[in-house]
Amino acid sequence: MGILRGKLLPPALAILFSALLCGVALVVSGANPAKAFGAMVSQVGEGTTAVDIVNSTGTYYIAALAVAIGFQMNLFNIGVEGQYRVAAVVAAVFGGSFALPPGLHALAIIVVAALVGAAWAAIPAILKVTRGVNEVISTIMMNGLALGLAAYLIREDVFGELRGNNIRTPEIHESGWVPGISFGASGTVFGLVFLAAALGIGYWVMMNRTRFGFELKASGESATAAAAGGVSAKKMVLIAMLLSGGIAGLVSMPEILGRDHTYNLNFPAGIGFSGIAIALLGRNHPGGIAFGALLWAFLDKSGLALDNVGVPREIVTIMQGAIVLSVVVAYEVVRRFELAAEQRRVGKELGTVAA
Amino acid sequence: MSTSLMNPSEAPSTVPPPRKTRRLPGWAVGMIGVAGAVILLSTTSYLTGVPQLTSTGTIQTAVRLALPILLAGLGGLWAERAGVVNIGLEGMMIMGTWGAAWAGYQWGPWAALLSAAVFGALGGLLHAIATVTFGVNHIVSGVAINLLGAGLTKYLSTLIFFPLSNNPRESPSVPKFDTYSASGLSEWLGELEAQQRVGLSDVAGILRGLVTGVSPLTMIAVALVIGSYLVLWRTRFGLRLRSCGENPVAAESLGVNVYLYKYIGVIGSGALAGMGGAALVLNPGQPGYLEGQTNGRGFIGLAAMIFGNWRPGGLLGGAALFGYADGLQLRSGGKTFLALIYGAVLLLAVIVIWQLVRRRWFAAAGGVVAAVALYAVYYSVDEVPSELTTYAPHLVTLIVLAVASQRLRMPAADGVVYRRG
Repeated sequence: MGILRGKLLPPALAILFSALLCGVALVVSGANPAKAFGAMVSQVGEGTTAVDIVNSTGTYYIAALAVAIGFQMNLFNIGVEGQYRVAAVVAAVFGGSFALPPGLHALAIIVVAALVGAAWAAIPAILKVTRGVNEVISTIMMNGLALGLAAYLIREDVFGELRGNNIRTPEIHESGWVPGISFGASGTVFGLVFLAAALGIGYWVMMNRTRFGFELKASGESATAAAAGGVSAKKMVLIAMLLSGGIAGLVSMPEILGRDHTYNLNFPAGIGFSGIAIALLGRNHPGGIAFGALLWAFLDKSGLALDNVGVPREIVTIMQGAIVLSVVVAYEVVRRFELAAEQRRVGKELGTVAA
Repeated sequence: MSTSLMNPSEAPSTVPPPRKTRRLPGWAVGMIGVAGAVILLSTTSYLTGVPQLTSTGTIQTAVRLALPILLAGLGGLWAERAGVVNIGLEGMMIMGTWGAAWAGYQWGPWAALLSAAVFGALGGLLHAIATVTFGVNHIVSGVAINLLGAGLTKYLSTLIFFPLSNNPRESPSVPKFDTYSASGLSEWLGELEAQQRVGLSDVAGILRGLVTGVSPLTMIAVALVIGSYLVLWRTRFGLRLRSCGENPVAAESLGVNVYLYKYIGVIGSGALAGMGGAALVLNPGQPGYLEGQTNGRGFIGLAAMIFGNWRPGGLLGGAALFGYADGLQLRSGGKTFLALIYGAVLLLAVIVIWQLVRRRWFAAAGGVVAAVALYAVYYSVDEVPSELTTYAPHLVTLIVLAVASQRLRMPAADGVVYRRG
């Protein structure tokens, strides 16, 4: 019961509260919230929405895992946003520049993406370890640089090519594509969604069944205690950041290898920040993150239906923001409440507090 | 600590020996910095033959572009001095742009400024409630506010601006401030600038850029920098607010209402960031609100604040530098920006000589390597691509953090969640 109250109640409350808030916002702006939410739910059955949600869940899941690894040891990798972007461009350029046997080609692209993501994360990691630079600030700056680098790399005189109104990297040869599971008219589930699932399992095993995971959590809980136990905090920072960056590098792989086969100007932005929100909502637990990613994907894709009922679909973004903020507040309130209850209980048992 | 109390003879050893050299006062450092920057720019302009570096137009553009960064940075200063990290500056700035456009197209620029401050302050209030009252991690709350700010403005602009401008991403055009020029002085400086004399014309161009076509917003922003300094460092209120950022427990024990001061700091921070948004909307080059208009300037404001070592004067310098780089690129393109790289090489040369005088061989060698690398870039490239120059502030901040992180001193309890015990 305690677990239920401590872990499941806050997110449920937060989602309810956010839905309520958005409902009020809709009423104020003269729309019918019931109709809006109804449209969103029924949208799931329409066209390719269901498959889109699954695909999007996979992408968000990878991003949130990347963030969660950092969170496990109190590292704020705000830079997932930049890491996945740079990794996507470089991997797309790499994959588009030559052909390898099928399978091997895709694998090579994925490895390059992970390495580039890790390399981009290595800069703030090294700055933190050697110069004591706060990773939040440095990763924010790296995000800006990533945008610039990506825009530069797809210039026509560098690696890009003009197609219609869009600038993109050369298309990856078919040997580098990862086939999906086709549902006919309902769309195709990206093959690499399973990579996301595998990463989730790997993450769970690493955190709960390996010495490394234990050391990571230990240095997150108390750096001094971990140091006393022989865990080098600096080494852990470095490894955690590289791992986080490596996974972040994979964020856009399902889309690039499964559908787009190129990096172009329509590349989605903001997944890294969504990943932070989802990791918070899911409390760094692989199951919780999966739920958060699904919720985010549902809001994103079903929100498209809102335009049909005359509601700006941006209400969905407001709801996402409200969920993050209220869920962290809810966790904090519950934590304080339990702390107080615990103190009261201990006080009672020790007899220092009169009943 | 307790041992030194018991054994007074040991105490002096823990106290560092007093510095022999007297430190220059802040305003003197500032003057030297400004003079150095002017000399550097005019030398670069002379050696590379690029007069645009110090032309009136470049400086005017630079001032306009520096304003949003400056105001956002000031916002960061107020929050962080009160001990609350404000990553949400970007979101508050976005709310400010919307507020400015909404009030601006109806009631003019002054209403726009006020409304932007109110909208930004609302974002600040939210951040304060989350971080101060509920003790949520400051970064988390900031990220959430950035999401919320972006979502809220998109929603509101679809709802309210779309029927008026037929574009959900744009507001109707907003009237701008009238600008003022010191006309006699401006003309005289203009003549001086046109003569293209080494040094003199550069100074004239810079000064003319500063006194020609000045918007009231610029004056307000400068007044806010000076005002922030006076309030935060020269009043009792400011001392208390800063004490909440340095050691909230001690402040509380002396009877300071830490929560209240943090609230004031963070709400003020939001208002300033919102005004930064207004500075974007009221920029003569912009029609009004535009989705994605802030383009990470809230973060650059944060960078300017760090560059300025959490001080208003340094912050002004950071905003000026970033605004200048931005303005140069916008005004005259990547070729002139290359001249700035040449200037950086000159600056590095000076630093290397200084390090050699101080017998710091390692630092000097690092400087030489950096200078050679930069010169190689200058020599081999015709033009710096605009995609990269936009993010020069980010790179500069990273380098400053990497090189001088030991000298930067943020408020001691910055970002630490404080709970009244």
